[in-house]
Amino acid sequence: MSELQQNPAPAQPSPSEGTARYSVVVDTLVSRIALVGFAIAILALIAAPGYVPRATLQDLLLIVLLIGLAQCWNLLAGFAGLISVGQQAFVGLGAYGLFYFITMMGADPLASVALSAVFVGLLSIPVGLVVFRLQGAYFAVVTWVVAEVFRLLLQQWPTLGGGAGTSLPRSATTEMIGIDFAVALFDVRSAAGREIIIYWVVLAVVVAIVGIAYGMLRSRIGLALTAIKDGEVAAESVGVDINRTKFIVYVFAAIGAALMGALYFLQQGSITPNAAFSLMDWTAYVIFIVVIGGLGTIEGPILGAIVFVLLRSQLAQFGPWYLLVLGVLAIVIMLFAPKGLWGLFTHWTKIELFPTRRLLKKQ
Amino acid sequence: MTTLNTIVQGVLLGGLYALYAAGLSLIFGVMRLVNLAHGDFIVLAAYVILALSSAFFIHPVFALLIALPFLFALGWALQRVILNRTVEENFLVPLLVTFGLQIIIQNGLLIGFSADSQRLSLGAIETLSLSIGGLNVGVMPLITFAAAVAVIGALSVLFYYTALGRKLRATSDSATFVQIVGINPRAVFAIAMGIAFLVIAIAAFFMGVRSNFDPSVGPARLLYAFEAVVIGGLGSLWGTLAGGVILGVAQGIGAAINPQYQILFGHIVFILIILVRPRGLFPKQS
Repeated sequence: MSELQQNPAPAQPSPSEGTARYSVVVDTLVSRIALVGFAIAILALIAAPGYVPRATLQDLLLIVLLIGLAQCWNLLAGFAGLISVGQQAFVGLGAYGLFYFITMMGADPLASVALSAVFVGLLSIPVGLVVFRLQGAYFAVVTWVVAEVFRLLLQQWPTLGGGAGTSLPRSATTEMIGIDFAVALFDVRSAAGREIIIYWVVLAVVVAIVGIAYGMLRSRIGLALTAIKDGEVAAESVGVDINRTKFIVYVFAAIGAALMGALYFLQQGSITPNAAFSLMDWTAYVIFIVVIGGLGTIEGPILGAIVFVLLRSQLAQFGPWYLLVLGVLAIVIMLFAPKGLWGLFTHWTKIELFPTRRLLKKQ
Repeated sequence: MTTLNTIVQGVLLGGLYALYAAGLSLIFGVMRLVNLAHGDFIVLAAYVILALSSAFFIHPVFALLIALPFLFALGWALQRVILNRTVEENFLVPLLVTFGLQIIIQNGLLIGFSADSQRLSLGAIETLSLSIGGLNVGVMPLITFAAAVAVIGALSVLFYYTALGRKLRATSDSATFVQIVGINPRAVFAIAMGIAFLVIAIAAFFMGVRSNFDPSVGPARLLYAFEAVVIGGLGSLWGTLAGGVILGVAQGIGAAINPQYQILFGHIVFILIILVRPRGLFPKQS
């Protein structure tokens, strides 16, 4: 794109003189209104601890956290064509990194979240070099094998409790940057104040993930991803570095998953390898959320996470029946409406809140 | 001697993994499909054999024989009703559909059979062993390995020496061009899935005899099967047997060092092999 704009004007009189001029636009009126709407929604979510009960706040935290995970997985599968069934590797590593920095190095919990994300981001590079050896469906299963390797390794590592897991020291759950502020602001006890701080951090991180994902899709990387999705060979022939583009997305999704894992287990206060590297919690649910909401859109995972948590609050008492129904729903949607609920909505109304398509507009 | 024993036991365990893998290899070979529910279908088949055996008070071997046609029909119907709708999509749709099937089977089995561990009991033969050159070798592991060789041999004969095999190979080469000679690729895919389910039933029988199973053990079976297929080389049936044996020996060596390292060692050897040879040890020439 930028090369085109930098081209010097042709020496001869431009043939376009007198004819219409075009420019490329992505934003629409609807998307500008939606952006304002989202800003208001985010403000309402920031203020939520002031007007919702603690149980609702915990539900909100879960929804926002799932949106973050789902958006990362969506970026992988819906845009980069990388199906990972091993994102639990990075959730678990992020969580264990957090526990390591807190208990072994005595770092502040929130600082440990950041340290852990950096650590996992670096680790995802060699891991990526391994899993990128295989493509397509094979990539999917290799990511799963790698996640199993990390789970089994942490089961054997006594420093953080081995298979039985470990808990955060009491100091880490009562002393954390910001608790005093939340306690004073909302007049709550320190446990609730801690939850409010974690909720805010999750919210900030997820807004950043969604924002960066959206920005990435509107940038050159987004163009490259669109080209890759339409045809890898064709994309390569116009100069798209396929592996590099996919790798960037892979590392981004790993860092996102690590942040979510670290924050979730910070809130829980205890960890086991089986919980931290759970295929069901960190990948299966996330896949259902993205597929049901709408693969390959920014809106889909947000809608999917809300639908998922609402369904769960109604149906979780039915245990395995609930999961069975989710599985059936995901298959039916994949076969008959592969763009998910949001795709159906866009199909009928033509409304896109986060457009990524470039449209030519007459000036 | 103990080293030799470890290796022999590992090779025999590899026979079981080759049985898990043979069905997966067949499906991949014919329709380029990676069935993420493969392990769960093995567990499902084990429950079918168990249910038949306990409902009619018959020996599990007879239950297996009765189960075979039903499982062929199940595989055929699965392909016809669900998976044939995904064959024209890229790999993403079939992958996610089979992932959904995995969740459905696990939870369906949980509802039907509870989370309790089950086992197929064959009686005295389970504890029989032969003494070969100072090594004690179990009769059942030997039979399992022989079954793996027989199944892979039978599949090779089917593929390379029969009319159906020609259809399967031709469809595998190009599902578009076989239509010119009057072959319906979707019908061929359904038959291939039916055959894969026969292999799944046999694998399920030997799994259920060797170890306890419950509704949650499918994914681990998928991973072993997948690792055996990739180590052996994509699309190569005898390579799959070799892949199973390598995986079995790797796990056996891990277990000999520390019982908790068994699975980990298998995974690590698999990762080392794909780093060196991502197409496996014996890739099919294409």
